[in-house]
Amino acid sequence: MKDFFDARPALVAFGVLGLIALALVVAEGLHDVAQASLNGLTLGTIYALGAVGLTLVYGILRLVNFAHGDFLAFGAYIAYLVNVTWGLPLAAAIVVAMAATALLGLASERLMWGPMREKGAGWLQLLLMTIGLAFVIRSAIQWFWGNEIRTLDVNVTDSVEFLGLRIGQTELMVVVVGIAVLVGVGLVVRFSLLGKRMRALSDSLALAETAGIDTKRVILYTWLFAGALAGLAGVLSGALTNLRPELGFELLLPIFAAVILGGIGNPFGALSAGLVLGVVIELSTLVVEPRWKLTFGFLALIIALVIRPQGIFGQARAA
Amino acid sequence: MSVGALPLAVTFEAFTDIGFWSGVLVVAGIYAVVTLGLQLNVGFTGIVNFGQAGFMAVGGYSMAILVLEAGLSFWLALPIAVLVTMGFGLLIGLPSLRLRGDYFAIVTLAMAEVVRLVAQNARDLTGGNKGLYCEFEGVNQTCFDDAWRSVSDSMLGFFESFWSDPEPLLPLLIVIWVTVVLGVVALTYLQGTPWGRVLRAVREDEDATRALGKNTLLYKLQSLMISALLGALAGFFLALFLATIHPDDYEPIVTFFAFGVLILGGLANYKGVVVGAILLWTLLEGTRFVELPISEEKTAALRFAIVGAVLIGLMAFRPQGLFGKREEMVLGD
Repeated sequence: MKDFFDARPALVAFGVLGLIALALVVAEGLHDVAQASLNGLTLGTIYALGAVGLTLVYGILRLVNFAHGDFLAFGAYIAYLVNVTWGLPLAAAIVVAMAATALLGLASERLMWGPMREKGAGWLQLLLMTIGLAFVIRSAIQWFWGNEIRTLDVNVTDSVEFLGLRIGQTELMVVVVGIAVLVGVGLVVRFSLLGKRMRALSDSLALAETAGIDTKRVILYTWLFAGALAGLAGVLSGALTNLRPELGFELLLPIFAAVILGGIGNPFGALSAGLVLGVVIELSTLVVEPRWKLTFGFLALIIALVIRPQGIFGQARAA
Repeated sequence: MSVGALPLAVTFEAFTDIGFWSGVLVVAGIYAVVTLGLQLNVGFTGIVNFGQAGFMAVGGYSMAILVLEAGLSFWLALPIAVLVTMGFGLLIGLPSLRLRGDYFAIVTLAMAEVVRLVAQNARDLTGGNKGLYCEFEGVNQTCFDDAWRSVSDSMLGFFESFWSDPEPLLPLLIVIWVTVVLGVVALTYLQGTPWGRVLRAVREDEDATRALGKNTLLYKLQSLMISALLGALAGFFLALFLATIHPDDYEPIVTFFAFGVLILGGLANYKGVVVGAILLWTLLEGTRFVELPISEEKTAALRFAIVGAVLIGLMAFRPQGLFGKREEMVLGD
């Protein structure tokens, strides 16, 4: 069993999850499980979008970016500016928010991480800088928009029904846009030259450089990529619930959980782990009261890290 | 403190106000206690513990629950709560201290969040979002800090014999700072012992230390448990200062601020922690006296930005902190 677990961890994990789902179907009925899974997919989309960028930055630069959650919040508030303050449609807000957050990522690379790497800064030094950056972004949000809870101009009342399952129009939009982008991201990372280069850098920055890859360029693109996806995740999360300055930090730990479960530096892992985590968290509401669901998510992270620190999809390099 | 048409003015009267300084020193003292643990972990053992706020919460909540729910005396609840917190540190450290540094940082942060979320949701035990303070039985009320209040009152009574209007925070201030001084002395002493030297060896090269026959996991566990102890003490002081225990007071922000104190004071230097704590909180509270034409919300945002800027600036230009020894430790792997 142990050998098998080590050889095919993802298969084992999905097997266990399948069994749990089956048990839940027997106990709670198919409809409830399907409904909870659908809700989980919505949540998981946001985790997955946040996690892909975070894992690439983590894997390539060994930068534990605690400001990533605040990148999401930044994107959400930019969308608020466009969507509510200027009154433009949500689609425009999404585009502007993605562009702005990509630029934020790029600026942070140019001003902070690039120069710090040249100085040979260690991971803790960079980690503490990301906390500093997170504080600065969050205080800027508080400065301009205050602490009150804001909502984007989305339809929160209408819902769509199919096969007896109910999904809100906004949720549906989040899932469709999110999954479409995730598939696109998966294709780009898997097949495009840029994607291959990113994964090469994530495997080994030094080797990639020796192989003649312009690593500086790839790093800049990685930031654009990570920033844009973070911005999108932020807007979708804002559309789904609401906007508050703590939004980013609340999403940060679940996103980190997806990154670690997926194996650091592995974009496909982060993507699947994000979706799985969302579904698992929502399924947990069938067993425990909903207010416990986040606790459940973090416990899953801790247990996963302790049992299998290299992640379900990763190779052994964490010990 | 109206300053008329001036858009920006500084009033210095408050800088001589004893109430202002007691407030600053109490908070700085609490942060000094909790950061001493971080210094032991990060500065001297090389383990990056992001769970100090969690240890504070475990300590504070255990104490209050023991007094209010189990009916224990405050003085008995304190040592038991310390043991509970240290046991919790053991429980967390045992599996996670084997992990790589960055993983350990994330696990401890997640652990602290789990503690806070449990405190928020286990309403029967912790009072949930109402927090814990007093229990009512008919007309009788028991508060977790009753025993401390009576000590504090008798201390104030003693001060009144030579000081007409003693500062009400003074007794807590004294207890906190005696703890800080004892903590600095004890930790500095421990650092000079063979035990302390092994910790530094673990920080420098864990594999080499293990090759010399030392059980490095055991040393890291001890380091984490002492840190948990200091966290529990800080948790008690915070509970007594705020006269309530609420989940929001143990957000990860507390740990991040403690890292700010640690970096400001400098790594591998216990006295630096004290200086860092006083410096950071004077800076933060001092912003109250710069009268900016902005709302309270914006002032709060400004304080956040200050801590952020301090962290970024120090890491970029002086990673060993103000009083850290560059030859002893630089955050540069």
